Amino acid sequence: MARKTARPGRTVVVFFLGLAIAYGLVALGGTWKPELGLDLQGGTRITLTAQGSPSAENLDEARGIIDERVNGTGVTEAEVTTQGGNLIVVEIPGKTRSDLVDTVKRQAQLRFRTVACTEGPSGVTGSCASAATTPTAPSQPSAPSTSKPSGTSSKGSKNRAPFLMADKKSDKKSKPSSSASASESPSASTSASPTPSDSGDPAQSALAFIDSPDQAAVDAFNAYSCPSNKIVDDNPDQPLVTCGTGDDAGTKYLLSPAAIEGTDLDSASAGIPSGQVQWQVDLTLGGDGKQVFADLSRAMAGSEKQFAVVLDGRVISAPTFDGVIPNGSAQISGNFDEASANSLATSLKYGALPLAFEKGGTSVETVGPSLAGDQLSAGITAGIIGLLLVMIYCLLYYRGLGVVVVASLIVAGAVTYAMVLLLSKGAGFTLSLPGIAGLIVAVGITADSFIVYFERIRDEMREGRSMRVAVEAGWKRARNTCLAADTVSLLAAVVLYIFAAGVVKGFAFALGLSTLIDLAIFFWFTHPMVSWLARFKFFNRGHKLSGLDAENLGIDRISVGGRA
Amino acid sequence: MGKFSRLGNDLYSGRRSIDFVGRKWLWYAMSGVIIVLAVAGLYLKGLNMGIEFTGGAQYRVSLDSSQVTQDNADELRNAVAGTGINGAASPVVTTSGSNAILVQTEPLGSAESQKVVDTIVQTTGVDPDKAISQDEIGASWGQEVAKRSVTGLAVFLVLVVLFIWAYFRQWKMSVAAIVALAHDVLITVGVYALSGFEVTPATVTGVLTILGFSLYDTVVVFDKVRENTKGLRERRTTYAAQANLAVNQTLVRSINTSVVALIPVGAILYVSVVQLGASSLKDLALALFVGMAAGAYSSIFIATPLLVQLKSGESDVQAAEKRAAARAREADRYASVPAFTEDMPIQTEPGAEVRDPGDETGGAPVSDTPSSRRAPEAAGRGRVAPSPRGPVRPSGASGRQQPSRQSRSKRGKK
Repeated sequence: MARKTARPGRTVVVFFLGLAIAYGLVALGGTWKPELGLDLQGGTRITLTAQGSPSAENLDEARGIIDERVNGTGVTEAEVTTQGGNLIVVEIPGKTRSDLVDTVKRQAQLRFRTVACTEGPSGVTGSCASAATTPTAPSQPSAPSTSKPSGTSSKGSKNRAPFLMADKKSDKKSKPSSSASASESPSASTSASPTPSDSGDPAQSALAFIDSPDQAAVDAFNAYSCPSNKIVDDNPDQPLVTCGTGDDAGTKYLLSPAAIEGTDLDSASAGIPSGQVQWQVDLTLGGDGKQVFADLSRAMAGSEKQFAVVLDGRVISAPTFDGVIPNGSAQISGNFDEASANSLATSLKYGALPLAFEKGGTSVETVGPSLAGDQLSAGITAGIIGLLLVMIYCLLYYRGLGVVVVASLIVAGAVTYAMVLLLSKGAGFTLSLPGIAGLIVAVGITADSFIVYFERIRDEMREGRSMRVAVEAGWKRARNTCLAADTVSLLAAVVLYIFAAGVVKGFAFALGLSTLIDLAIFFWFTHPMVSWLARFKFFNRGHKLSGLDAENLGIDRISVGGRA
Repeated sequence: MGKFSRLGNDLYSGRRSIDFVGRKWLWYAMSGVIIVLAVAGLYLKGLNMGIEFTGGAQYRVSLDSSQVTQDNADELRNAVAGTGINGAASPVVTTSGSNAILVQTEPLGSAESQKVVDTIVQTTGVDPDKAISQDEIGASWGQEVAKRSVTGLAVFLVLVVLFIWAYFRQWKMSVAAIVALAHDVLITVGVYALSGFEVTPATVTGVLTILGFSLYDTVVVFDKVRENTKGLRERRTTYAAQANLAVNQTLVRSINTSVVALIPVGAILYVSVVQLGASSLKDLALALFVGMAAGAYSSIFIATPLLVQLKSGESDVQAAEKRAAARAREADRYASVPAFTEDMPIQTEPGAEVRDPGDETGGAPVSDTPSSRRAPEAAGRGRVAPSPRGPVRPSGASGRQQPSRQSRSKRGKK
C-alpha cells in the first residue's frame, strides 16, 4: 500500500519529463510553428508534361503513382491532378519543395541486366574486346560446354560453361542436390544450339549473353558513343546499349535483355550500411526475380562479371557479386547522398510510371493558399471559444474535479502541439484547415474519458464508498470502458491508414495520434492527478466546491455501510 | 447544477427512470421518419460532389505581378462564388507563380462558363481573349482512392464486428452497434444532401470521424449494459429493466459528453456559416455536428432498445421475464387487504360479501379479497407457473475445502 500511495506523484513527474523531452526535441528542431497545408499556406506546384499523347488510363495511373510518391506516408496532404490530356499537376505544401521534382518525374523503370561489355576511360572490357578485334568470334556456334571444365572465368568462354561451373561450386558448399546433374544434361543438348537466348530461364539467357552477345548488339555498341543525351528506348526483350550516370556518364555499356523486371521489387529503402559512410538504396526482390537473382549471383560470384541496375534506360550502378545472394536482397550503391538515396528509394517503392515526361515540359512555381486569409484565424478563434465553453461547463458541473478536466485538456493540447511540431519536422506532416478542426474536435472527445471516469467515481460514492476508495474502484471500471472504446478508434485508424490513400490516410493518422494521446493523458495524468487530489481533505471530506459533496452528488447523506 | 446532479443520482439509483427500452417503437418511428427524409433528400437532390471528385474547369488569369496578391485572389473568389452558378459556388482560387491567378470550378456548361469569364473580367479588368485561358482538370480523388478507402472501410467494419463480439461475447451487440452506425451515417449524409453543401475530402473525413464517434459512444453504453446484466440468472430482474437502468445511469455521461463534444463543433459551425462565406470548414463542421448528435442519440435510443429486442428471444432472458411476471403477481398478495380502522366491519369469512349500504363514510376500501383476484397457484393443470426466483447457485464457500485438523498422533512430531 505504501508503494501504491507513492505512485501518483511519480507517474505525473515521469509524464511531464516525457513532455519536456518532446519539447526539447522540438527546440532542437528549431521551429515553433507547424507546417501549414496547401489550403492555408500555399505551396509548390510542379507541372509535368507527358511525352506523346498518353491514354487517359495511363495518365490516371501515373497520377496515382505520383500521389503515392509525394504522399507515401499520407500526412503531407499533397494534391495530384491531371489536367488537359497530357499534364499532371502536383501541388505540395511548402514554398521550397522543388527538391521533389526528381522524385516526382522519375519514371522509375527499374531493370536488372547483365553487362556484356563496357567501354570507359579505362578501355574496353568484356567479350566485345575480342568481338571488336575479331568480329567473327561471337557468331560462332558454341562448343560443347564440357570442353571448359577448368572453371576459370575467362573471357569469351562458351555458352554453358560458367553456369555449370557455378553449379558445381554451389555443390561444394552445401547442396548435393540433383541440380548439377539435372542442369548438365540440358546444357549438353542446348549447348549445340547457336542462340543462347532460346532458353526460357532469364538468368541463363542473361548469363549466356555476357559471353556471347549477338553481333547486332555488338555493332550497336561499337556505333554508340557516350556521354549521350539521346532518349534510350528501354525494351526489356532486347539487348541494350546505354551510358552510365553521374561520374560514370562516359562509360558505355552493352547489356543483356532484362533478367529481372522492376515489378519483382518488393521494397526499397535508403540507408547507410553499418561500418560505411556512403548512402545506398537497399532493394528486396520477390517473385521470380528472387530466384533469378540467386541464380545470377551463384553464377557470377567471385568473377569479374558485372550486372547492371538500369533505371529509366541508364546504368546507375554496375557492381559485381561478392557472394551468393539467395534471399533477393540487393543494394544500389553509387554517388548517393541522403536526399538522392531517399528520392530514388521512394521512386522505386511505388512502381514505375506508365509514361515518360518531356524534358523541357516541367515547370515549377509557387502557389498561394486556396483559402482566404481570415479562415485560419476564424477557425482557431472558434475553436478556442468552443474549448473555453467546454472548460466553463466542466468547472460548473464538476467544480473541483473540473480543474482536473481543464488541466488535462491543457496538457492534451500541449502534447498534441508537440507531436504536430515533431511530425511536421520528421514526417512532413502538414496542418490543413480540416486537420485543425479535427484536432479541436479530438480534444473535445478526449474529454469524454474524463467524464466517464468522474461519473464512475460519483457512482461509486453514491453506493456509499468514500472518495479514496471510489477513485480506485471507479478507475478500474472506467479504464476498461475507455480501453474498449479507444480500441475501436485505434482499429479504425490503423485499418484506414493501411488501406486508404490520400486524405483518408491523413485522417487516419490524426485519429490514431489523438486516440493515443487521449490514452496517455488518461493513464498517466488524469488518474494520478485524481488519486493525488483524493488525499486532500478538500476532496475526501466533500467540500462544497470539490464537486464531491453530498449535495452535489445528489444524495442527502453518505450513509455508512448502506446504500443512499 | 445541483438539480442536474440530483437527477443524476435519481437516475443512477433507479428512483427516477426514463423508459428508453419500453418506448422503443416511438424512437424507431422518429428515426424512421428522419431516415426517410434523409434518403429522400439523397435521392431527390443528390450529393453535390466537389472538384476533387468530379474534376472541373480551370481558368488561368494572367495578370501583372503587382496584381497577383492574396487579396485579389480572395476578391475573385467571392466574386465567382457570388455568380449564383451551382457548380461555381465554392471555387478554388489560388495565386500561381508571380503572374497568374487560377480559378477552378466544377464542370460548367458553356453559358455558365461565359458568365464566370465575364465575372473574372469585371473583377480584374483583363482582356478576356488574351489573359484568360481555360483548361480541363481531372479529379484528384479518383476511382482508385475511392476504391481503396471503401476497401479499408469494409475491413474496418468487419474487424469492429469481430472486436465487439470478442469483447462483449455477444454478437447481438455487434449487430445493434452496426445498425446504430448505419443510422448515424445515413442521417448525416441525408442532411448533407439536403443542405446542398459541396462534398469535399474534408466531408469524407468528417463522416469517418462520425463512424468512429458513433461506435465509441455505443461501446461505452453497451459496457454499462453488460455490467448491469451480468449474472441475470441469479438476480431478480429482467434484461430489459437492467438495460434501461444502464442507459439511465449513463445518461448523465452521455449528455455531458455530447455537450463537451458538440460545443467546439458548434462554435466552428457558427463562425464558418455566419462569418465566412465559401469555406471548407462549414461542410466539415456540419457533418460533424449532425453526425455526433445522431451518434449520441442512436446509442441510447436505437442501439440499446434494439439490443434488448434482439436478446428477447434468448431462453435466459425469457426465463427472467417470466420470473418477473410471476413476482409481480406474487407481490400483490397483500396489496388489497384493507387496512384496519376502528369502525371496520367485521367479516367472519374472507370470501363473504358483507356490505352495509348505510356505512358509506367508513373510508375503508372494501374490495374483493386477494384470493379471488389472484390466479390459482399451481393447480396441477395447464401451464406450470414459473418460479418467481431464479435457480440458487451454490455459494462461493460451498466447494471450498474445509480446514481439517488431524489428531495429534497422526500429525507427526516436528
